[in-house]
Amino acid sequence: MGNLNYLTNIGRKMPLLEIKNAKLKLDNKDILKGLSLSVNRGEVHAIMGPNGSGKSTLSYMLAGRDGYELASGEVFLEGQSLSDMEADERARSGLFLAFQYPVELPGVGGMSFLREAVNSRRKFLGEEELDHLAFVKEARKVASKMFVKDEMLKRAVNVGFSGGEKKRFEILQMAMLKPKVSILDETDSGLDVDALKIVSDGVNAQRNDENAIVVITHYQRLLDYIVPDFVHILSDGNIIKSGGPELALEVEKNGYAGLINAA
Amino acid sequence: MVATQETIDKVKEVSSTYKYGFVTDLEAEKAPLGLSEDIVKFISHKKKEPRWLLEWRLKAYKKWLSMEAPNWAMVDFPKINFQDIYYYSAPKTKPKLNSLDEVDPELLRTYEKLGIPIKEQEVLAGVAVDYVFDSVSVATTFREKLAKEGIIFCPISEAVQTHPDLVQKYIGSVIPISDNYYAALNSAVFTDGSFVYIPKGVKCPMELSTYFRINEQNSGQFERTLIIAEDDTYVSYLEGCTAPQRDENQLHAAVVELVAMNNAEIKYSTVQNWYPGDKDGNGGIYNFVTKRGNCIGKKSKISWTQVETGSAITWKYPSCVLKGDDSVGEFYSVAVANNAQQADTGTKMIHIGKNTKSTIISKGISAGKAQNTYRGQVQIQKNAKGSRNFTQCDSLLIGDKCGAHTVPYINQFTPHARVEHEATTSKISEDQLFYCLQRGLDTEQATSLIVNGFCKEVMKELPMEFAVEAQKLIGISLEGSVG
Ligand SMILES: Nc1ncnc2c1ncn2[C@@H]1O[C@H](COP(=O)(O)OP(=O)(O)OP(=O)(O)O)[C@@H](O)[C@H]1O
Ligand SMILES: [Mg+2]
Repeated sequence: MGNLNYLTNIGRKMPLLEIKNAKLKLDNKDILKGLSLSVNRGEVHAIMGPNGSGKSTLSYMLAGRDGYELASGEVFLEGQSLSDMEADERARSGLFLAFQYPVELPGVGGMSFLREAVNSRRKFLGEEELDHLAFVKEARKVASKMFVKDEMLKRAVNVGFSGGEKKRFEILQMAMLKPKVSILDETDSGLDVDALKIVSDGVNAQRNDENAIVVITHYQRLLDYIVPDFVHILSDGNIIKSGGPELALEVEKNGYAGLINAA
Repeated sequence: MVATQETIDKVKEVSSTYKYGFVTDLEAEKAPLGLSEDIVKFISHKKKEPRWLLEWRLKAYKKWLSMEAPNWAMVDFPKINFQDIYYYSAPKTKPKLNSLDEVDPELLRTYEKLGIPIKEQEVLAGVAVDYVFDSVSVATTFREKLAKEGIIFCPISEAVQTHPDLVQKYIGSVIPISDNYYAALNSAVFTDGSFVYIPKGVKCPMELSTYFRINEQNSGQFERTLIIAEDDTYVSYLEGCTAPQRDENQLHAAVVELVAMNNAEIKYSTVQNWYPGDKDGNGGIYNFVTKRGNCIGKKSKISWTQVETGSAITWKYPSCVLKGDDSVGEFYSVAVANNAQQADTGTKMIHIGKNTKSTIISKGISAGKAQNTYRGQVQIQKNAKGSRNFTQCDSLLIGDKCGAHTVPYINQFTPHARVEHEATTSKISEDQLFYCLQRGLDTEQATSLIVNGFCKEVMKELPMEFAVEAQKLIGISLEGSVG
């Protein structure tokens, strides 16, 4: 018993997500240039950085999108290397990406999409799949917390959704899937003030000691709502500075130029 | 990327074996190989048919001899040797059964393997099933309940005996023997099929369903179905099919005729899942079907819904002849062609009466190196004033070796009508796939979901229990097509 506890404790101390010296090329162009980052359970990390610095690329790489394989370096989720895992396996293992540009799926009902997603994850976790009724009940409950109307769940996924609705739907999916690591790529962009608050509340409600969240954003304002433990500045494919929430304020005030020059 | 290739290979390994590939060991009683006047007589004799029907068959046979096999469809296949086909075979046991307990257990096991829950269908869904097995119907259920309403639902061979007047009046009235090469052939040698008669004022209380199954090696199937709906009636008919795996090509040339009188509505739904051949195009069924409905009566309506996933070659155009004023024709179609499959399908809407309306929604899905053609004709005749047609043809391509073609013909002989045609071609985007994968769906699930989304307008026309089955089928038939 003692031994087992000891082992689990090691497991718990190991970072939930660990990126080691990640290098990635797109079209023969270096995009990620040896990026490293460690995210522990219970932590929220914010990543800020100029347009084109590689934030979305980083998120796609983590999620295992085709064409975003690392040239060198490695990524671990709970100590397990992701290099041999396909995108869907990573997702089922608890990696979630809220897309900067959520994708439309014409004709695919939101409810059935969510249900397939949730049941894939449950199956992976060895939990029983939810039957239709149980699922609809759960989905409605979560949706109402996010102020997402039932009607939206009946519509085709993201088709005709406003920018803000799409982002809300992303966070709704996150809430349903209960991931270990969530990467939110500019979830705040396109949200009005009220929606920003609702979405942030939705995210905060899911913060706990077991999971971790990485928020990618351009605006300090989001970080007033979702208060990060760490802020990282990504520039030209590398993290050039890390700090606490105050770093975001500094960016807000002085822009990236000063930071980049200093690095 | 290595892992991806592995996944693809694994999926291919699994999906290359046709799920329904097995053979039932039932000794068949066959006609000698080939086709001749004697064979036609043999079939007619076996079925103890009246003289008029034998003569009708022989006329069709002579007509057929004078015709040439058509070649205008965008399909490619070796010439069929019609002398190398058995035109009649029947299971040796030919019971007249009151319940399924009396059915040959071998046969029941076949249905079990197909995943057709017979009892469940009877009890839960309230479906009366007229099983056609190698051309002879062996079990008919729910007869009594239907009989109470005066509905006739039986094998056409039986109707020939019990209701010869009705059969004689309507057979060939929608599709004459000279209509086309395969219809002539069918008229000469058809062995069985379904017969439905809905008397005046009756709304059929349940979906009528037939599962067809081609079983005996080399026995071309020539089914003949005839549905007559008198004034003020409604009937929904389901046709679903699977076939065991075979190396030789099997010809299937069915004829389906529908007749709708005043204010009658016939809904005809098909899920077709015959053996498509292996992924290089060996084997598989040739499915050359003639289906047509006559909207004779005023305000009559005929609606064709089809989900075509099987067969090596599909060549069919369920059509509506809109004679009655204010009559309505509909055609909803999903045609899936994967690997080496070829599909040339569509519809004809012939507007003759005033204010007639037709809707055509066609969804073609091509994967592998398959070719999928929509071929449609909308004809608005001189007196069809106030008529309208709306056509929408959407094609979805999976991969870049397949093809989609749209061939619409529009013949409008009056300016007082409106014909609209829309067509789109799209691909499953990498974005869409990744989005689904990121939510934990595997590639097959994702493809199936996206494709079923694409087909939604058609799927929602299917009766509920059929829709579920059809959705699964579409998923299965596209397995391994995305990677
Ligand atoms: N397929 C590709 N081929 C070549 N270069 C690419 C490709 N995709 C992205 N890039 C480049 O990679 C760089 C990083 O893009 P990325 O989308 O990761 O930036 P970002 O930090 O998310 O920017 P934003 O703040 O605008 O969202 C950009 O210069 C972009 O042009
Ligand atoms: Mg970005």
